[in-house]
Amino acid sequence: MKLLELKNITKRYGSLYALDNVSLSIDKGEWIAIMGPSGSGKSTMMNIISCMDKPTEGQVIFDGRDITKDSRRKLTEFHRDKIGLVFQQFHLINYLNAVENVMIAQYYHSMPDEKEALEALERVGLKDRAKHLPSQLSGGEQQRVCIARALINSPELILADEPTGNLDEANENIVLDLFRQLHKEGTSLIVVTHDPEVGEVAERVVRLEHGKIISDKKNKQFIE
Amino acid sequence: MNKKHRMFVRMVLASLLRRRSRMIIALLAIVVGATILSGLGLIYYDVPRQMSAQFRNYGANVIFTPSGSSEMNQTEIEKAVAVFPSDKLEGYTPYRYENTKLNNLPVTIAGTDFSSVLKTSPYWHISGELPDADGKALVGKKVAEKFGLSTGDSISLRNSFTITEETDLKDIPDYEIFTDPKTGEKYCDHTLDLKISGILETGGSEEEYIYVTPDDVSYLTLSSRSCDIVEVSVAASKDELKAYLDEINNKSDAIEAKPVKRVTASETTVLSKLEALVLIVTIVVLALTMICVATTMMAVIAERRREIGLRKALGALNSSIIAEFLSEGLVLGAVGGIIGSFFGFLFANAVSMNVFSSTITFRPLLIPAAIIASVAVTGIACLIPIRGAVDVDPALVLKGE
Repeated sequence: MKLLELKNITKRYGSLYALDNVSLSIDKGEWIAIMGPSGSGKSTMMNIISCMDKPTEGQVIFDGRDITKDSRRKLTEFHRDKIGLVFQQFHLINYLNAVENVMIAQYYHSMPDEKEALEALERVGLKDRAKHLPSQLSGGEQQRVCIARALINSPELILADEPTGNLDEANENIVLDLFRQLHKEGTSLIVVTHDPEVGEVAERVVRLEHGKIISDKKNKQFIE
Repeated sequence: MNKKHRMFVRMVLASLLRRRSRMIIALLAIVVGATILSGLGLIYYDVPRQMSAQFRNYGANVIFTPSGSSEMNQTEIEKAVAVFPSDKLEGYTPYRYENTKLNNLPVTIAGTDFSSVLKTSPYWHISGELPDADGKALVGKKVAEKFGLSTGDSISLRNSFTITEETDLKDIPDYEIFTDPKTGEKYCDHTLDLKISGILETGGSEEEYIYVTPDDVSYLTLSSRSCDIVEVSVAASKDELKAYLDEINNKSDAIEAKPVKRVTASETTVLSKLEALVLIVTIVVLALTMICVATTMMAVIAERRREIGLRKALGALNSSIIAEFLSEGLVLGAVGGIIGSFFGFLFANAVSMNVFSSTITFRPLLIPAAIIASVAVTGIACLIPIRGAVDVDPALVLKGE
């Protein structure tokens, strides 16, 4: 069952084509890695999928609904309800502790609940660090808080932009294990990455170059 | 308060308390602004009182004179004086003028109450002392020069009056009866011996009189009539003064209360100019404060563009971000206003001590006024940068662009 469809998406900045007539379909529960060199259009695609940007041409259909023409406010509400974001630079609010950083996603979504936020932190192995400020956490721990924040509202899609880009190997493995767990539980994942190792663990790898999809393959371990 | 409101408060307090160094800079700007604003406010409202007190050094600003043919007796005077609030009344001094002779030359004596005279005429410069009992006199400089008198000298004032059948001389110990050879009228020369306790120098008409106690005047003139004029010194604004005088004039048939125009007119002119000056300075400082607070808040908010982008990426609506950041600003404004009004009082007091040599009057109403002004200025100063900041593109700021 399709979760997301990009139909003939083009994004132009003046005469520059960041995405050039790109079409992509993602099923529910699928784990996709979007790879490509810098300037290939990965971030633009992520911004369009996360509703933070609009395509110049084409359609974005999420869960059967065309959101391309939605107003900025509607898009904000839509992405708040459906998508959880994980960033390369974590982007935690530095004066809020770990649990508060998770609760802030609840706050904008529905109703903050500290118990649920603590459960989300427990899921990423950080319950005992709940009252620590980001400055008191390691990079890997901050990324796990970021994942807990992305998960807290049970989104249909987790969108991660270079989630392991700032992590050492040990923390990279922890984060990838978390993604494996989420995938197993049926959460859809789109991971934008440079890292071939991250690409290898995904179910499907989409490669971009100069704003076009140059390959779209399923990894062999997922081919039945 | 539901969980959402609690989270809102938690976020605002966390931002204020856990970003101390940044917040202290913003708070400092607000405190400085609130201090100057409340200080100038206090000075602005206290200047009339301070200046009024200063003007009292130039003499009385109100005089009572008898209304029509009535006499101003002591009871009437006290009733009239009671109209002035005790904290505004500096003092009042009655004067009774009589013509008499010194060395066969005419002089004017003034009977007055020496215990209050310096309250209404603080500018009097006395070489020697004020008379402290009957039988002593304060001699005006011009009189002293005319008669070659100095402190410690004795003088004898002489008062002549015709003796009629009704004249009772039995209580007067030192009189001499003369008969006018032409008319046959009998008259007596009544003398009063005085010792000069001091010489009065004012540069004004006061130097032309000899000042004695009221009892000595009555003794010399064989008459105990009431005073001719009462000088009153009141520390009040022009409008207040007018209200008091109207009340006295309406209440009393015996007294006509009038402002001393020479004093009140110059006082009003100086005061209105000074008030206008302080008002202009206050407005300029308010504008500068607003610019200073706005600049600081702009810098503080500009630093948080990434946070605003993140909040938007997490699904925050612009209105929600504005409410959160504005609340932080308003809390800072309120705290800055409270601290600023305290320091403003100290600032105003220091200015008052240096300029007027007296403490400032504390006005409790200025505290809420300073807090409201501080909150309003900070709110407006925050709103401008926040409204600009919420338009950030989260995709750009989260990428670090």
